[in-house]
Parts: sequence; structure tokens; C-alpha cells
Amino acid sequence: MEILLKGLRLFNPEQNMDINSDILIKDGIIEKIGNVDLSNHSGIKVFDFSSKVCVPGLYDMHVHLREPGGEDKETVISGSNSAAAGGYTGVACMPNTNPAIDSAEVVKFITDRAKDHLVDVNPIGAVTKGRKGDALAPMLELYDAGAVGFSDDGTAVKTASLLRNALEYAKMIDSPIIEHCEDESLAGGSMNESSISTELGLPSIPTVAEDLIVMRGILLAEYTGGKIHIAHISSKRSVELVREAKSRGIDVTAEAAPHHFTLTDECVRAFDTNYKMNPPLRQQKDVDAIIEGLQDGTIDCIASDHAPHSIEDKELEYIYAPNGIIGLETQLSLTLTELYHKGKLTLGQVVEKLAINPRKILNLEIPQILEGEIANFTILDLDIEFKYDIKSSKSRSKNSPFHGRELKGKSIAVINNSQIYVDGQFQNI
Amino acid sequence: MSLSSNHLLGLKDVPKEDIQLILDTATTFREVLERPIKKVPTLQGKTIVNLFYENSTRTRLSFELAQKRLSADTINFSKSGSSAAKGESFKDTVKNIEAMKVDMIVCRHESAGIPKYLTQISNAKIINAGDGRHEHPTQGLLDMYSIREKVGRLAGLNVCIVGDIGHSRVALSNIYGLQTMGANVSVCGPSTMIPWGMEDFGVKIYNNIDKAMAENDVLNVLRIQLERDAGVLIPSVREYHTYFGITQERIQKNNPNILILHPGPINRGVEISSEVADGSSQIILNQVTNGVAIRMAVLYLLGTKSEE
Repeated sequence: MEILLKGLRLFNPEQNMDINSDILIKDGIIEKIGNVDLSNHSGIKVFDFSSKVCVPGLYDMHVHLREPGGEDKETVISGSNSAAAGGYTGVACMPNTNPAIDSAEVVKFITDRAKDHLVDVNPIGAVTKGRKGDALAPMLELYDAGAVGFSDDGTAVKTASLLRNALEYAKMIDSPIIEHCEDESLAGGSMNESSISTELGLPSIPTVAEDLIVMRGILLAEYTGGKIHIAHISSKRSVELVREAKSRGIDVTAEAAPHHFTLTDECVRAFDTNYKMNPPLRQQKDVDAIIEGLQDGTIDCIASDHAPHSIEDKELEYIYAPNGIIGLETQLSLTLTELYHKGKLTLGQVVEKLAINPRKILNLEIPQILEGEIANFTILDLDIEFKYDIKSSKSRSKNSPFHGRELKGKSIAVINNSQIYVDGQFQNI
Repeated sequence: MSLSSNHLLGLKDVPKEDIQLILDTATTFREVLERPIKKVPTLQGKTIVNLFYENSTRTRLSFELAQKRLSADTINFSKSGSSAAKGESFKDTVKNIEAMKVDMIVCRHESAGIPKYLTQISNAKIINAGDGRHEHPTQGLLDMYSIREKVGRLAGLNVCIVGDIGHSRVALSNIYGLQTMGANVSVCGPSTMIPWGMEDFGVKIYNNIDKAMAENDVLNVLRIQLERDAGVLIPSVREYHTYFGITQERIQKNNPNILILHPGPINRGVEISSEVADGSSQIILNQVTNGVAIRMAVLYLLGTKSEE
């Protein structure tokens, strides 16, 4: 089957590509880039994407798909649908499922669920069995089954000694250890520690709880020569620590979530549990540091930490409500609105943070816009203005603080695995 | 005269006129409490729910008594721990109670923000009886009332709150209310008990109780949570008493005229010596009586206020 995408701007900083052209796709493979004479192609389906931008398919390296164990909140399929709707052609899903992704069987269960979907789903394996922090999970077996990285996300790896061994062990497969940076003994609160937590009377989490574990990870990566990836970095000091570590050649990478560069702990004044996440919303100085870190490359990528929770779970009292928000369908638009349109990041940097760097960190192939390659794109409308409506979400959960927010720019189509998602529908191509 | 809000969620942003009105109304009710027949028909036909998710003896008794004195119909609901752990969600519980057609809800909850949430899911008038470490406005009001009753004014007074400021909901309500009424507020305690960003609240911070006593007209002494704090926030109860305890000796040395308040319950020999507790017993027990009057005033002013 053939489709023609007309009028596109093809943009891929990895290929130094920025040209205007049509693309002909045949059976999911890029057949031709350039002008196409339609007379030779009977039955071809034509999509008019005039003045839209075609970039490598976006990839979110930090999502929670909740399956197995939390299917009321999200499934591999519903989460993948949400990813496609948000402009993503690939996601890496975290292992805090029930059971945890700590055996080859669970890895295969997830990849099997996802196998016919447009969106590539790559499981992250647990660092320790059951994420309990007692013993290492079978990392080589997990890797062979399809795991692309390792994390005990939800908590930090329990001890420095386990993290050290995990970093050493993962060197054999060149995989990163993805750290949720939070010192357990300092954490346990419901919001960032500041005069606002004092004013609101909520138990608090200080930034130093994050900074300590970031520092631990950096020092152990330096000592072992392993790869550490800092998940959802949120504090100014942590950004400085990563910047300094990178300048010294330590193999450290970092991601930031959109809520950490768009919202502050001022939002918690509403006592709306959709502002409760971990790491918590920090202060303006931290937001500024995250944006600066994204600009100068200290922070490699943007990842949503998409964390679905049911309405009944989120409607609990603030101190009891679970942490996290969904983010797959707002991440791209928030990045474009707050960073691209405000001149903080170039389009090239946006594509690097959203599509290229996460795949590099996880050693995944980067989609190329080249004849003969698999068509794996996101088609962007950079200038469309709209108001985000949570009711439009494809996720099974609706826990987002961005309902009603004015946004500029979004994905209008994604293509991957011989499918296109456009106008809210999947079609085989 | 009526209050500017339909609810009492905290003393932050409550205007001076409202506090003045509550304190003045309480004076009237204080007088009622001295009569042989202590009951007035003011809230006859009004239904009030006391929704207590956290243990409380004196605050609940005080509210219940105030409601009975005003002739309201009251029902009590107690539950401890997370609503989720008990099966029914907090929201469902509130919706069920509201379906019984209640006019006011007095709520105590271990999670900050619950009174505000109640205003979103219920049509009843809400009175915060303490939420997490956030606010306890009627305690703040009764402390102010007790000071005013003893000294005759609040403006220009130097008032210091002593103890575990970080885990106290009484401290913030006192700070907001007293500042609005023109008092100079300070806090005193070991540095582990002074919460983050306290300086942003416009209060002076003391780590030295002698200095705090010398420079203040009033001390409001908070209870130390023995089981929770010893070994964590403070090395021991003994060390706390040695360095921060209010003793007769310290009063004599630093400021013999100082007024000592305590919201109770008292840990004798910890934050305050027995001698001081007994010496100040008149005002400390007066606080309890005043508590009923203040709660009557708040219930009356909100209960008779017509909805805009």
C-alpha cells in the first residue's frame, strides 16, 4: 500500500536536514523523497500536510503503563494510544508494575501486548528483584528479553552497594541505570519544602533529598565507569551537579518532565492533588535552572513520567493521594508552547530532546528520514492554538493539572510500523 | 455586622474587622456562660456535623458544648486514618452526610487542605477545627481573646510562640491573627522545630528562651509531642526542658510580668514546669472557657449569616 504525504518540511537535526518535500511511503518504508508523479500510482492515498513539519518519531523514555497489575488505570494499549495521540512513536515503560518487570516473562508479556501497535514499547527492567532493594534482578536475562535499561523507579536503588553493582553489571550490555533520585530518610512528604509548605501545613520533601542521590549516582558512575541516567530532575542544585559531572567526562545523562519546567509549588495552594507528584513541583529558581539545563545540554531529554491514577485514588486527601500525573498528550505541546515559542529552545533542540537523545541513551536506533528507511515520523503543526481538554485524552486516567491550559503547537499525525495515526484514527498503510 | 466569608478555613487573609467582630461577639457569649441558664435559642433548627477524622478531646468537646449552648442539633462523626483504608472515600462520606441536610460542618483532619476541599464538594458552611499542620483558626482566636481579656489590647504587644512550630497548626493561626490585629509575633524553639522559610512570615526567630522571655509580653507555649519528637527533633525531653522549658526561675529572672498561655494539653515538667502551670492556671483554664465562647461566636456568626 502506498501513501503520499504532501507539502512537508522535513526536519531532522541528526541528518542536518531541513528541506521542503513530499514523501512517498510504500508498505511502511520511505519509497521516495521529492516530487512524485501521481499518474503512476493508482489507489494511492494522499495526505495534504502543507506547511507541517515532519520530524523523527518522538520517544518518551519514562512512562508508566500500569500493566500488568493496574489495568484500571492504564494498559499497554491505552497508554500506547495516548502516546500516539500525543505525537509519540515509542515509549519506555517503567517496571513498577505488579508483578514488577523483573523477569523475562513480564518483559515478553508487555512486548507481546504492544506488538501490533504503531507505538514501539520498550520495557525498562527492575534493578532489583521486585524493586525491593535486596538482590539484583536478572539483568542479562531481562536485556535479552527486550529490556532497554534498568530502574527501581518510584524509589532510588536502596543501597549504594547495590547501585554500584548494578552499574558494574550493566556495563556488560552498555545499559544505563535510571535513578529515581530521592533519599528515603529525607523524603516522605507531599510537596516541596519551602515557605509555602510551611504555610500550607503539608509535610515536605527538601531538594537535598534529590541532590544527595544525584551525587551518589554521579560518584558511583565515575567510580565504576557505568552509565547513570537521572530521571525527572527537578532541583537547581541537581542540575548543577550533573553539569559539573558532564564537564568531567562522567557518563551521566538526565531527563526533565514538562511539569518541572512549567509549574511551581505555588500551584499546591489549590490543594488539588493533580499538583501532587514526585519529585514535587519546586520553585521558580528550580524551573529556571531546568530550562537553562535543557538549553546548554546538561539535561539531555524531556520525558513525561506519565503516571496514570484513577479518579478515586486521586480524590483522596492531599497527604494520602498518590503521586503523579499523566503527560503523554501534553508533553509535546507544553515543550513547544513554553520552550520553542518563547525562544528558549530551537526546533532542532526540541527534536533532540524529544526524539533523538532518549533513543541514544537507551541505545535504540534513531529514525532517519531517508529513502529505504522505515517511516517513523511525527508530523507537527507548530502554530495551531488550542485549549487542552482532558476529556480528549486517550489515557484511561484523567489526572492532569493542564486541563484548560492554552497551548500552541501539537502533533497532527504519527507514522510507524506501517500505520498512521491521524484525525484520531489508526490506519494501516 | 456580619463576617465577610461563609466559612472559617483559617486566619490567613481574614480581615481585621472580622476578627474584631468574632472577639466582640465572644465577649457577649462569655457573659452567657456565667449565667445560671447557659443556653440561648440562636441556632435552633440548624444542623451541625462534627466531622472528626483525627482524635481530639478538648476541641471537640468545646465545639459540641458551644453548639448545645446555641440550641443547634448536632451529630458527631469520628474516624481515624485514611478514608481509603476504611473503604469509603472522604468525598462519599461527605456527600452522604450532606444528603442528611446539614447546615454546617466542623472538620478536623490530619491532611492539610481538607476544609478548603469541603467548600468545593459541599454546600454547608465549613469551620476548620484543625487541618494537618496548617491552621486551627478557633484556637488562634481564643488565644487572642484570652490575651485581650488579660491585657486589654493586642496591638503593639510582643507575643512569642514557643515549641514545635513546624508541626503545629496553632502556630500559623496565631501568627496570622495576631499580625492582623497589630501584634509583633515571634517564635522560639530549637532550630529543628522552626520550619523552613519561617522568616518569610514576618516573625522574629529565637533559639534562646531567656532572650525570648525578656523581649516579649506574652508567651504562647505549645505542647511537645513526647512520643514523636524525642530522639528525632530533639535529643531528649530532659534536654528540651533544660534549654526551652518555662520555669518559675526563668520568669523571675527574665520577665516577672510575662503572660503565659498554653493551648493544652500540658506536659508538666517538659515545656512548662508544674509550678508555672499552676501559677498560670487561671489563664490556662480560662482559655478553655474562652474556647467555648469563641466557638459560639463563630458558629453564631456563620450560622445566622445569609448566603450571598
